Amino acid sequence: MFKKIAIVAGLALALSVTAEAQTPRKGGTIRMTAPYGSSFSSMDIHTTQRAQDEIFAKGLHRSLYTWNSADGKPVLELAKEDIVSGGGLVHTFKLRDDAYFHHGRRMTADDIIWSYNRIMDGTKAYPGARFVRVIEGAAAVEKGQAKEISGLKKIDDFTLEMKLTEKVDPGFYFFNAITSIYPADEGAKESFIQKPIGLGPFKFVEHVPGSRVVLERWDRFYKSGKPYADKLIVSLMSEAAARDVAFRNKEIDTSVLGPAQYVAYQADPGLKGTIAEVPEVFTRYMGMNPGYKPFADKRVRQAINHAIDTDLIISKLVKGKAYRATSWLPLTSPVYDKSMKPYAFDPAKAKALLADAGYPTGFEFEWTTSQNESWGLPIVEAIIPMLDRVGIKVKVKQVETAVLAETIRKGDFQAYVYSQATGPDPQAALKCFHSSTPQSACNYWNFKNAEFDKMVDEAGQTDDAAKRVQLLQKANALLYEEAPVWFFNYNKAVMAVQPWLKGIQLNATELTHQNVEDLWVDETSPAK
Amino acid sequence: MLSFAIRRILQTVPTVLAVVLVIFVLFSVVPGSIVSSMNDDGRGPADAQVMERMKKQLGLDDPVYIRFGSYIAKLATGDFGTSFRTREPVTTMIAKRMWPTLQLIFASMIFAIVIGVPLGFVAALRPGSFVDTISMVVAVSGLSMAKFWLGLLLMYLFALKLGWLPSFGYGDGSLKYLILPAVTLGVSPMALLARTTRAAVLEIMTADFVRTARSKGMSETRVVKWHVMRNALVLILTTIGLQFGALMGQAVVVEKLFSWPGIGSLLVDSVLQRDIPAVQGSILVVVLFFLTINTLIDLLYGVIDPRIRYA
Repeated sequence: MFKKIAIVAGLALALSVTAEAQTPRKGGTIRMTAPYGSSFSSMDIHTTQRAQDEIFAKGLHRSLYTWNSADGKPVLELAKEDIVSGGGLVHTFKLRDDAYFHHGRRMTADDIIWSYNRIMDGTKAYPGARFVRVIEGAAAVEKGQAKEISGLKKIDDFTLEMKLTEKVDPGFYFFNAITSIYPADEGAKESFIQKPIGLGPFKFVEHVPGSRVVLERWDRFYKSGKPYADKLIVSLMSEAAARDVAFRNKEIDTSVLGPAQYVAYQADPGLKGTIAEVPEVFTRYMGMNPGYKPFADKRVRQAINHAIDTDLIISKLVKGKAYRATSWLPLTSPVYDKSMKPYAFDPAKAKALLADAGYPTGFEFEWTTSQNESWGLPIVEAIIPMLDRVGIKVKVKQVETAVLAETIRKGDFQAYVYSQATGPDPQAALKCFHSSTPQSACNYWNFKNAEFDKMVDEAGQTDDAAKRVQLLQKANALLYEEAPVWFFNYNKAVMAVQPWLKGIQLNATELTHQNVEDLWVDETSPAK
Repeated sequence: MLSFAIRRILQTVPTVLAVVLVIFVLFSVVPGSIVSSMNDDGRGPADAQVMERMKKQLGLDDPVYIRFGSYIAKLATGDFGTSFRTREPVTTMIAKRMWPTLQLIFASMIFAIVIGVPLGFVAALRPGSFVDTISMVVAVSGLSMAKFWLGLLLMYLFALKLGWLPSFGYGDGSLKYLILPAVTLGVSPMALLARTTRAAVLEIMTADFVRTARSKGMSETRVVKWHVMRNALVLILTTIGLQFGALMGQAVVVEKLFSWPGIGSLLVDSVLQRDIPAVQGSILVVVLFFLTINTLIDLLYGVIDPRIRYA
């Protein structure tokens, strides 16, 4: 499924795909941009889960797994083999014996154990703890009841046994940069934050706060012949208009495009060929609080889905830079059911459903939103008259994105609009709706449905892959029927890529996150 | 002179204390925190345990008065605290950003003074002339233009169309990277200086002592040089001082647009992510800069016009 989408979505990259058949050129400089702010949070990647920071971290660090964009799944990175036993709970990793840290020491199982123990340090607040907690004994370390994670056992320098608490694919838990492997001897030093050392294809050269991170090729990288480029520069560029000028001026090799620029680039014959796009694993939606009486009724929630002309909003306001959502799981989810159809725009049906639910004249609710151009205030303002047509009045409450995140987590809303990661692990994405998931974790809608719980639980237990897919698809369909949210869209991530930069991967988890060792620049690049 | 200087410096102390208090109270009541901002890009569900731990670690659960007491105690020793985001001392973060901001501000002010003051003089010496009209059109346009828009125009022209200058970034800190952001930031004070200089010179040109000087047979050049310029300087200096301080705040937009690694861009990101120690430190530095420049200008008044220091 993912391959098909990637092929369609990557048509614009046809030229570069052809060029990739050429022999990759050694040397040159790759100039990427970090568009989500004017600074990086930290050089200690264990402390930050922001997409912005992972852009440079993909060059500097490596985790046990990495994301394979072509297949749409996590694959082993620092291990050559994973032998599963113990009913799917015990994983024995045969680690690479050719992975060297940037200070020259070879990675061993001790480094992985040290890194995961660090992340679980209960006196600190490393966001990766939510992933490492799946290892048996990790929670005890977090609570200060143990010094080391009991579920991690070093068999020898290059064999690591990992015992999990749940039968899950550890790839989904250990591919992000927040679980990067640090050198045990260096990671604890104060100087590490100033000059980080990793296992990635590029080593640290400099960080000019508020400007850029510069990395250079690590010659002892374990993938033979890689990386191709000599240098990787990640420049901070949060202003879209400035990025546009810099891209046209050939000063940068990649630029993330917003809706307005997406339209402009498509219309420009000179730039159209530079567009790379992929459906990302993010779902935009309006969450409804069942604690607010009208939203407790399924018919009201369905009415809202019918009352909004979602396709019109996607085409006119989001400028086609999104895919219509049919339910919770996104297009690039491995269990996405393409036979599902979205709610039809049908105000008459919406009115009928409202009448059935006891709201023939409608009702009023407060809608909390950020200013985001793709899923915030402009969208809400466009929807207000649509809901008004069926009798629903909206009172807008505008907040900053950081405040919105807190508002949602606390359940302090009647309705809100948001963009949320709904992958890559479909099991984890659906588990947010499980009745055992607290609202403060990710069940923001206080969704409780015994049938849904049963399907998700069974999917987690079964060894039959086909059955698992079937159960998760059914659970996703049940969400469609229950409509705890207004299903808006799946984000279409769009990046402009200069024609001389080859090897861009259509990464559905975050397009800016590239396995940079696979990128190369041809001789037409102006950066030498 | 010394007692005037000491008096002037002591006057800044209550201002600094008031600013410290206002910033602290403001960011204590404003909704959102670094903990909630961790998840504002929606990349994954917030981990409740990690969030609680982070709150505890950063002292966000402590009552406001305890946090304020601890903040003041640290501040008294010159410690601005530790950044919630980077886990670095705020003083280190600011030190890294200070030089680029100072570079930008000084370059902008030099541009503003070198262009604005002569423009105002020329306009005032020939009121109603073509030069006067053009000068004032430039001045009014400079004052009216939004910095963001002007910056984009300059980028488009000098980087994209002419290819003379880079469109963004700090590079190696060399002049070619500085020119576009400095001009963008400097156009507004340049315009203000031109208008102020023109008004000041026009007023002084009709003053009694200028008429007296002329009636004594003094040449026009000497009148302008010894009487007009010197007297206009007090007002021009006041404007320069105010603009110098204000530029630190105005630099926020320009730094963000040009990816210039100064205090302004640090402040914006710190506010958005609720990195309170970094916000407090950055604002305090901006305020201190403003006060320092104004104090220096006040001291300079005393040099230019000795009557002021005894006032």
